[in-house]
Amino acid sequence: MDGNSAVGEAAIRAGCQCYFGYPITPQNELTEYMATHLSRRKGCSFIQAESEISAINMVFGASAVGARSMTSSSSPGMSLKQEGISYLASCELPAVIVNMSRGGPGLGTISAAQSDYFQSTRGGGHGDYRTIVLAPSSVQELADLTHRAFDLADKYRIPVIILGDGMLGQMQEPVDFRHEAPAELPVRSDALRGARGRPSKIVRTCTSNTSEMEELNWSLYRRYQLIEKKETAFETFLVDDAELIVVAFGIAARIAKGAIKSARANGLKVGLARPITLWPFPSGRIKELAATAKCLLVFEMNMGQMLEDVQLALQGQGEVFFYGRPGGVIPTPSEVLRVISRHYYQRGLKKGK
Amino acid sequence: MRKVYGRPRFLKKRSFHYCAGCGHSIVHRLLAEVIEEMGIHERVVGVNSAGCSVFAYNYLDVDMAEAAHGRGAAVATGMKRAYPEAVVFTYQGDGDLAAIGTAETIHAANRGEKISAIFINNAIYGMTGGQMAPTTLVSMRTTTTPFGRDVMLEGHPLKISEMLALLDGVVYIERTAVNSPAGIRKTKKAIRKSFQTQLDGKGFSLVEILSPCPVNWKMGVAESWQWIDKEMTGVFPLGIIKDTTGNKDAD
Repeated sequence: MDGNSAVGEAAIRAGCQCYFGYPITPQNELTEYMATHLSRRKGCSFIQAESEISAINMVFGASAVGARSMTSSSSPGMSLKQEGISYLASCELPAVIVNMSRGGPGLGTISAAQSDYFQSTRGGGHGDYRTIVLAPSSVQELADLTHRAFDLADKYRIPVIILGDGMLGQMQEPVDFRHEAPAELPVRSDALRGARGRPSKIVRTCTSNTSEMEELNWSLYRRYQLIEKKETAFETFLVDDAELIVVAFGIAARIAKGAIKSARANGLKVGLARPITLWPFPSGRIKELAATAKCLLVFEMNMGQMLEDVQLALQGQGEVFFYGRPGGVIPTPSEVLRVISRHYYQRGLKKGK
Repeated sequence: MRKVYGRPRFLKKRSFHYCAGCGHSIVHRLLAEVIEEMGIHERVVGVNSAGCSVFAYNYLDVDMAEAAHGRGAAVATGMKRAYPEAVVFTYQGDGDLAAIGTAETIHAANRGEKISAIFINNAIYGMTGGQMAPTTLVSMRTTTTPFGRDVMLEGHPLKISEMLALLDGVVYIERTAVNSPAGIRKTKKAIRKSFQTQLDGKGFSLVEILSPCPVNWKMGVAESWQWIDKEMTGVFPLGIIKDTTGNKDAD
């Protein structure tokens, strides 16, 4: 199954009731999957919206009345969604937003890229807010994290971004769906469903009271601290004896893994550290690994965005190199192997088994 | 003594922040009356928008969500699709519905979303201090048309209701004004009809309400009410613009 369709199927099995989207390559298979498989489901709704802006605001409305809702796009469309994401964050509304990112800036290319890291992890919209950002690196993980995204969104009343890329979205891999669609989900207690047997409720972001707005920011901040403590996810591969550790996320980590296997065959002690949550960023684990290895090589399909989080995590302690290919170019494992080898030999790192 | 007039049940007990002579408070009251009379308060979910009416939820005692500027029709669409039992209305100004939110408005209308749009046309941006709206009249002075709206530079007033009436998904549009007791009664009837259209599952409906903004029009209250009749209704004629509901008026 292709990655885009896998997200759609996983979303339905997670109880997604509403999907609103707008066509953009390379994520159209997801919109089409939902048109075919979600739109006719009982109690579910699919709309091909007139714009990305409308799509995210339909998600806002559906989430406000308590429905599990999702939208998806690719980089230029994600830029349009940022206003809505800021409002979702401010109103503490859950939503799942998928970005099968492509090369930018501007309209860019339709090929896979990772240049939306800043936009995703810093909150591309206005105001002090965070979104959980999940970065899968296989179709199976796309499916698993899609399910998890809905749970996280509801648990923390927060928008969750799945940051994939055009390659993950398009590639075909076997996938095992571990959940059946729930018969019925409980209605969220904060949903606007009419003031039946209770006082009326409002969902709002605007206030003329600055101390009220400050308190909202503090309460969001406290929740973000909790998320940082509880939800950071991370994968390592052959790091125990590694002299050099590649730090990569998403599809770049997949490419790096191939390179690392070849490096190991050549006797280079190389490992992989892969953040699965880009926010919260696993700074603590990166710091621990930097203390055991001689150096880190950050590899991204951009000009060095996660690199800044790695550097922040290390606070100047530890040696970091960077290799990046922006604009939608997809590097090969052998290309990454050459980069690894160059740093390995230049740095005079010890070879071994 | 028999009580003949009082606060509607679904209007909260607090003072309006609106300026003297503003039409918002009248329309809020009408909405509260209609919701009470139709007995739909347990199903109503309102969407208010950026502008003077951004605090509408401070007054209307029903479930409400504030949409981003212009996005009311999209937010209402999401609500109605996700929870079809709800009676969903948007409350939007002219800048919101007919400038920044034009695309959302037109496409929600064209899909025939079963929602009611309450559209306040006061020919100006009130909240931000009196800038030109898409509905500003020709030659009308605003803070961004200090020499008067010039059709060669700023175009003509946008008649969004007439535009929307062309769409097949739209079943009912009426333009009213709240500058007279008769106009206020007509407005209430139109709001009720719009909600009934939604309850009947017929499609998109909109009530455009010409509403005075004396402060930004730089007029006295009485003068602003007269100005609606003298100037605004010439460009925005009152009456039913489209009605394919097949419903006769309730009274």
